Amino acid sequence: MTASFLLQPSLILIAGGIFLPFLPMRARNFALLTLPLLALYFIWQLPDGISLKAKFAGYELAITKADALSRLFATIFAIMAFAGAMFALNQERTAELAAAFIYAGSAIGVTFAGDLITVFVFWELMAIGSTLVLVSAGRGAYGSALRYAAIHFFGGVLLMAGIAGEIAATGSIAFNKMALDSFPRVLILAGFLLNAGAPPLSAWLPDAYPESSWSGMVFLSAFTTKTAVYVLLRGFPGTELLIYVGLFMVFYGIIYAILENDMRRILAYSIVNQVGFMVTGIGIGSEIALNGAAAHAFTHIIYKALLLMSAGSVLYMTGKRKCTDLGGLFRTMPLTAICGIIGALSISSFPLTSGFVSKSMISDGAASAQLAFVWFMLAAASAGVFLHAGIKFPWFVFFQKDSGLRPSEPPLNMKLAMIFFAFLCIAIGIWPEPLYALLPFKVNYVPYTASHVVFYLQLLLFSGLAFFLMLGWLKRTMTITLDTDWFWRGGGRRFMKRLDIAAGDAWNRLEKWSRDRARDFARLLRTHHGPAGLLSRSTPTGAMAFWTTVMLAAYLILSQF
Amino acid sequence: MKDRRKDHWLVRKDTIRKLWWLFGAILAATVAADFFVYHKAYFGIDGTFGFGAWFGFLACVLMVLFAKGLGVFLKRRDTYYDR
Repeated sequence: MTASFLLQPSLILIAGGIFLPFLPMRARNFALLTLPLLALYFIWQLPDGISLKAKFAGYELAITKADALSRLFATIFAIMAFAGAMFALNQERTAELAAAFIYAGSAIGVTFAGDLITVFVFWELMAIGSTLVLVSAGRGAYGSALRYAAIHFFGGVLLMAGIAGEIAATGSIAFNKMALDSFPRVLILAGFLLNAGAPPLSAWLPDAYPESSWSGMVFLSAFTTKTAVYVLLRGFPGTELLIYVGLFMVFYGIIYAILENDMRRILAYSIVNQVGFMVTGIGIGSEIALNGAAAHAFTHIIYKALLLMSAGSVLYMTGKRKCTDLGGLFRTMPLTAICGIIGALSISSFPLTSGFVSKSMISDGAASAQLAFVWFMLAAASAGVFLHAGIKFPWFVFFQKDSGLRPSEPPLNMKLAMIFFAFLCIAIGIWPEPLYALLPFKVNYVPYTASHVVFYLQLLLFSGLAFFLMLGWLKRTMTITLDTDWFWRGGGRRFMKRLDIAAGDAWNRLEKWSRDRARDFARLLRTHHGPAGLLSRSTPTGAMAFWTTVMLAAYLILSQF
Repeated sequence: MKDRRKDHWLVRKDTIRKLWWLFGAILAATVAADFFVYHKAYFGIDGTFGFGAWFGFLACVLMVLFAKGLGVFLKRRDTYYDR
């Protein structure tokens, strides 16, 4: 058992998550902080190649298979679990943290899964863990959690069907690069993309995540979508379709975030936007683009968690989420504001932040592959990121107007978690070499050239100018924007109403039918048992003889069996 | 009621005016930097003077306009699903 703990670090977090609810508070908090670090240690002890095998249904599973790519993702997942746990120490609902650890652990499990069956097992475990994180936010989240679970188990069905078809067709369960040339592979890709927040079902993400608790969304933002990026990097690099899927996601995220009022929904849309950059990079498929996608996943987890910690702190201290209710919080929450701004600058890939050293690799990948359309779209999207998240989030939450709210800073552990990630955002931005050394391909990329820096500064600062000039149009209103989830929420309800009318009709008919039958039966009884009925005549002897004969005949028949 | 002068220095009117001037100066400086910095053009137009500036600005205006247009059809009160 110890050996398998060593050889599958995900089990440290999964087992830890299962035992968490049984620990007293202090031991719980100790476990929360140490288990992710322990997992991180064992992640770095794993040798390259397959180190843990098992037999299952006649197949040899490669439960643990490590290489640079899996190590990169497992590393950031473990760091994320650590910082998320630090941020969430005040979370009284241990169930949420237990679920978050099972969730984080299974995400690490996916990154080390060497075959499709193991991928699927951890994939589904992740869906269960994340659903439980949502459910533990309380009654208000039940509806979203149910929809979230339904969509993800549907994704699981697609993936399972695809894997079964793939195994039937090739006889191999190995999880390697696949060409998109058979129906089962299309299903596998669809299952992966569903978790990435790709169209047409992307609405699950902004529907579900913002309903989680102040700490829950910090965990949720990191694992599901980035595990999807990992499996796409491993399974479908260079699949051209992904370029267009990714570009769609990039602009979908921007447009919907521009229209959004809820600060956590803004950040949820921007997850789709950022994952879109990664998916586009995977679609381009050159070494620099794949490196860029992998690096961007790494940096994205950090700054997105930082943004959500900042938003989570505001939610924790004020209980409010809507831009229309917030504003002016920089007065009493300066640290939360500064950390939020650092996260916002990083997501906008400002020079000297982590986003700059990763996202510009993807753009360069498009340029060196001579994909003009893709490059121009990515440049426009980079400006758009600053617009929809980079300025919008800090502006409407911390500045804008004076909402009159005077919340104090969050507790120490939450501040420390934010400072830790804010530090990483800037450290990676200034000194990207250690991150580059972790990437799957050798890096010959220099992010800080004068041309690059000036170009990005122009792009971002002028998008800032556009933001402030159009501020009147960007003013938040108490609205939401309809998305594809309308079909399974509003549309569904409307459908049910129709169904109700139809069902009502059917019920009325059924009622009438049964009433008529009951009346007929009563009439029948009356005919035979009524005052003039055959069976109620007062001539007992004859009747008795008759019925005895009937009974004897029945016995005779029954005894034949 | 509230004394405007006692408000946080960052939100006072004259600070904001100064910030606009500062912002304008920085914007001008980033564009002026194109006199000194050579941009390798991959596609032609991306090497032109101040490309990042006008492209970024225009892209943002178009995205906001598009979002506004989409909002006309898809915006609902935020209690829409609570009914």
